[in-house]
Amino acid sequence: MAEHILLRHRDIPDIHKLDVYLQHGGYAAFEKAVTTLTPQQVIDEVKASGLRGRGGAGFPTGVKWGFLTKDFPRYVVANSDESEPGTFKDREIMERNPHQFFEGLMIAAYAAQANLAYNYMRGEFWDIARRLDRVLDELRQRGLLGQNLFGTPYALDIHNHLGAGAYICGEESALLESIEGKLGQPRLKPPFPADKGLYNKPTIVNNTETLTNVPLIIARGAAWYKTLGTEKSSGVKVFCLSGSVRQPGNYELELGKFTLRQLIYDFGGGVPDDRKVKAILMSGASSNVLMGTDDVLDAPMDYESIAAKGAALGSASVIIVDESVDLAWLTLKTTRFFKHESCGKCTPCREGTYWMLNLLERIHRGDVMKADVDLLNTVASQIAGKCLCPLGEFAVAPVLTSLKQFRADFDQHAKDAKKAAPAATRPAPAAARPAPRAKEPAPAGD
Amino acid sequence: MLAEKYRAEIDTLLAKYPPEHKRSAVMPLLYLAQQEYGYVTPAAMAEVGEICGVSATQVAGIVGFYSLYYDHRAGKRRVQVCTDLPCALRGAEKFADDLCQKLGVKLGETTKDGEFTVEAVMCLAGCDKAPMFQVQGADGLHYHESETPDKPMTVEQALGILESYKGR
Repeated sequence: MAEHILLRHRDIPDIHKLDVYLQHGGYAAFEKAVTTLTPQQVIDEVKASGLRGRGGAGFPTGVKWGFLTKDFPRYVVANSDESEPGTFKDREIMERNPHQFFEGLMIAAYAAQANLAYNYMRGEFWDIARRLDRVLDELRQRGLLGQNLFGTPYALDIHNHLGAGAYICGEESALLESIEGKLGQPRLKPPFPADKGLYNKPTIVNNTETLTNVPLIIARGAAWYKTLGTEKSSGVKVFCLSGSVRQPGNYELELGKFTLRQLIYDFGGGVPDDRKVKAILMSGASSNVLMGTDDVLDAPMDYESIAAKGAALGSASVIIVDESVDLAWLTLKTTRFFKHESCGKCTPCREGTYWMLNLLERIHRGDVMKADVDLLNTVASQIAGKCLCPLGEFAVAPVLTSLKQFRADFDQHAKDAKKAAPAATRPAPAAARPAPRAKEPAPAGD
Repeated sequence: MLAEKYRAEIDTLLAKYPPEHKRSAVMPLLYLAQQEYGYVTPAAMAEVGEICGVSATQVAGIVGFYSLYYDHRAGKRRVQVCTDLPCALRGAEKFADDLCQKLGVKLGETTKDGEFTVEAVMCLAGCDKAPMFQVQGADGLHYHESETPDKPMTVEQALGILESYKGR
């Protein structure tokens, strides 16, 4: 890729330093917005860019901003909770290109006519928070935060707020509860945060990467941004590549211009020991598992194309699973995660993840019959659509899609399984499994 | 007492939030309490509650809900190895087991000298630098990761890092 839009530190050394950032046009977009554009014009520009939420939901950013109700004060919150297994992009942005992220947050705050904004970071980002506290101090000293910005009446301040180890706080209403000093449990929606958000006031919550796109959209225009990516999935996305690849890492790519195969083999250096790709999780642990078929590997990576394969692009946390991996083990890992992270508010998720984990641990120990695998399917089928937030759905996505496509991996642990090979940790040959093509795009929930 | 010893810090924390929403400072104050006492003592819960205008019971709820707050003492530092899916695919489970063996503990246990409690934790957003771990102690929380994917951290390197914490 010729030029990085988000990971600009890879092109411009020391861009984390304020003076270097300023030399490269830093904060000019914020100044342009505050001094020459109305908040509505900023919203319209972001809407026209086609930018969609990069935290997972893919909701059009400008449209979200347009939902603010007419009440004040308003707040803007950056969602830097980044806790989805396999996601490590916001961290690189905040560590290496923090000013561009803050400038995006500042432009969003101006668009929302908010005078106070928060950056909610997961508690583990302790060292990054210390650094970003100093960045914010410097911005205050240099007059880029504070009263009468650029000689206008507009005032803005930003604070970092550290969470304390709760995945659920990446869900925006749970995140707001957490800033309010409460348990991070999702709220019933509606009302949405744009109506009743932080302190019951209109609030915009955007992912870190989403906000980092905004300065260049304002500086160069929506028309420029639309030249990147595809018609419906415009712009660039940071793909977090992890798991069974030689070169895991963040790869900033135009949406829809590259296939999974290119990501894995051209950028990621392929699979260690040249093993085959068995499965792919496109959006971390909360993915519908895709099979590593040619059909999937040759899919362009944009929101629509991945949806057509039966998964979601989500946060683009691409976990590669090679042929040596037992999917029953994989779902044990994801289920243990979701059981640990369930906030306990909704019964189907709280109890469902508990029983799913219980069954998967027994499957892992070989202390099951094939009927118990059916029972896992039954339990997992009763959670989606019955909870306040998507965590319940996330928890069953890898389980149901693995059961559907890799049933042999589970059955091989059963005492009543006809074992072709002794105690195989390796999967059954592909030909022994049912046809891979998933006809339904979503897990069989409700 | 936190309120006397850390007056300036507490005022700075409270100033981050609208004056009528002091409760928002509960989480940063709990970190402060934990740094001071090693864990969140019942007395600290009451203190934090008093500063923020909520009951000690509500503060206890927060401590129980969030993974990084502790209501009991452990080793001087917690060594938290990520063994979640992406790291596990890169050998983190074996790394954690080997590290435990070298330290003479099982996961969840504390070394005999009381320095380290070793735990396996959920994803820490360091998946491309597996194996990796964080060390949580009175001086905050610090990441230690593999340099590059080609050079995964060895147990010996990890032991060296832990050694450097002793006496700090």
